[in-house]
Amino acid sequence: MDFSSQNIMQWSRLGMRKAYGAVLNELANDHGDLVSIAADVADSANLYDFARNHPERHFNAGISEQNMVAMAAGLAKEGGNVFVTSFAPFVSLRGYEAIRTLICYMNLNVKIAALSSGFSLGVQGATHYALEDMAIMRAIPNLLVLSPADTTEMAKAMEYLADYEGPAYLRITGLPGSAAVYRADYAYDVNRLNIVREGTDVGIFATGTLVNESVRAARLLSKNGINPAVVNLSTLNPVKSDEIAAECLKYKLVMTVEEHNIVGGIGSIVSEALAGTMKHPKLVRMGTTDDNHRVGNYSYMMEKNGLSAKAISMRVESIFSKMDL
Amino acid sequence: MNSEKIQELAWKIRNDVLDMTFHAGVEGGHLGGAFSSAEILAALYGSEMNIDPNIPANPDRDRFILSKGHISLAHYAVLKECGFLSQEDLDSFEKNGTFFSTHELECVEHGIEITSGSLGYGLSIGVGSALSAKRNKRNYRVFVLLGDGECNEGSVWEAAMAAVKYRLDNLIAIVDKNGQQLDGYTSEVMPIHDMEQAFKGFGWHTLVVNGHDVRAIRQAVGQKADGVPTVIIAETVKSKGIPSIEGQNGWHHARITEEQYRKFQQELEEAR
Repeated sequence: MDFSSQNIMQWSRLGMRKAYGAVLNELANDHGDLVSIAADVADSANLYDFARNHPERHFNAGISEQNMVAMAAGLAKEGGNVFVTSFAPFVSLRGYEAIRTLICYMNLNVKIAALSSGFSLGVQGATHYALEDMAIMRAIPNLLVLSPADTTEMAKAMEYLADYEGPAYLRITGLPGSAAVYRADYAYDVNRLNIVREGTDVGIFATGTLVNESVRAARLLSKNGINPAVVNLSTLNPVKSDEIAAECLKYKLVMTVEEHNIVGGIGSIVSEALAGTMKHPKLVRMGTTDDNHRVGNYSYMMEKNGLSAKAISMRVESIFSKMDL
Repeated sequence: MNSEKIQELAWKIRNDVLDMTFHAGVEGGHLGGAFSSAEILAALYGSEMNIDPNIPANPDRDRFILSKGHISLAHYAVLKECGFLSQEDLDSFEKNGTFFSTHELECVEHGIEITSGSLGYGLSIGVGSALSAKRNKRNYRVFVLLGDGECNEGSVWEAAMAAVKYRLDNLIAIVDKNGQQLDGYTSEVMPIHDMEQAFKGFGWHTLVVNGHDVRAIRQAVGQKADGVPTVIIAETVKSKGIPSIEGQNGWHHARITEEQYRKFQQELEEAR
């Protein structure tokens, strides 16, 4: 995979959902076993080049997510390195039993790409949000769960997944043009925490598109004398609890920021890591806590749920200023 | 409402849908499938269903279940024309803070029976609702509007079996068979060899009508087969009503420019 600045910029313009199709098409060239199956989302996921260049390796299962995941199990059992593609709420919720019982129990080589997770689909509304997928996916022991921060990390993760043999879930978030966190080639390590901004006193753990939002929040805070670190938590299962706990212990205040319900996502991952320590910093989890029936575009939903850079910085400042340090 | 008035109602639905899609700006709207369903919605709401906007939660009302939830904008439009919703409600379509999102949310007071937008569930809910009518000895009928692309979902056929098992002759499924879905023609994405024979095979009473012929839809809806559910396969054209884009791919979900808006308005007016 070519991580030239030109490619990085091009992916970033496309956004994760469309860049996914472009990257998969590239990966298919040197992975002869790679097979694609999608649920009437070739257009949405930009899979037309893949379908044109590798017609014998691309299947459209129609609008049948449950069937698609089970078909992927059959393809993988016979040697396929299968990439399954659909929108996050449908493939995660409707496909869940097949993911657990077929793909994971049988330890099959299937990678599930969950498009437009979180609030990416904006005004499409509540039926199209995925705010529970991290929780249910990371509860499956052998499912590798990755939640990249931007298109560069997504391409890195996909390159890793193309060579990885086993079940995986790739959580894709953001919009076209969402700012890049990784603007140049870098060493991706699925097993390590990735500190994208060094800091003191406050550690912000974020995932997906909210990593960039947290970096922006940290910049705002630094103007007011608070200098938070930002940690990109992109491997959600398996997690290195010891490493997470050790990182948290460097700070007086730890925040988790996610486009997901605060139950079961990275707020839970960090809580669980800290539960094993004798003494730990204050932890505040930011994410969704309420229903999201009244909707709006992506930035509106971020603001409404207190997940914009400004909202994050104000929350940190408010808590930090009241702490007895 | 007579058939001429119903045809006029279908025109108003299309006009509202066009307005909503244009005013949604970059968010766009599911124009193609909303237009293919216009006569079906008009016939049901204009004359065939027992509903009253003054008593929306009447336990004896006929139930309309929109299973192809992405055409909520056409549903909102007909609900406005029939007095369940206001123009302000339609104006808030896809705007920040709205209840009226691209895919609709259950609110019986607004005449919306189910939260819809994840395809393939409406017929199952319809079976539950029709079964309840039998159990509770109520005479309402249950209408479920599905898309043909939606029939890719296996759950549709699981519901099809259950409806026959429970002899739900108060259940009427209508398939808006416009032959297209997100990725293109249904015949290419996932062909259903013979939709009518498929339902027949499960034991349904089947009718095939021109889905843009208001009289044919009304006649079909008026039929009842004792002890078995009825499916009306409505053969339609996606984006019907705007001749320059009828049946073309690319209009499942679309944003329209001001220039297109004016042009489509003119085409609609000419077809009135």
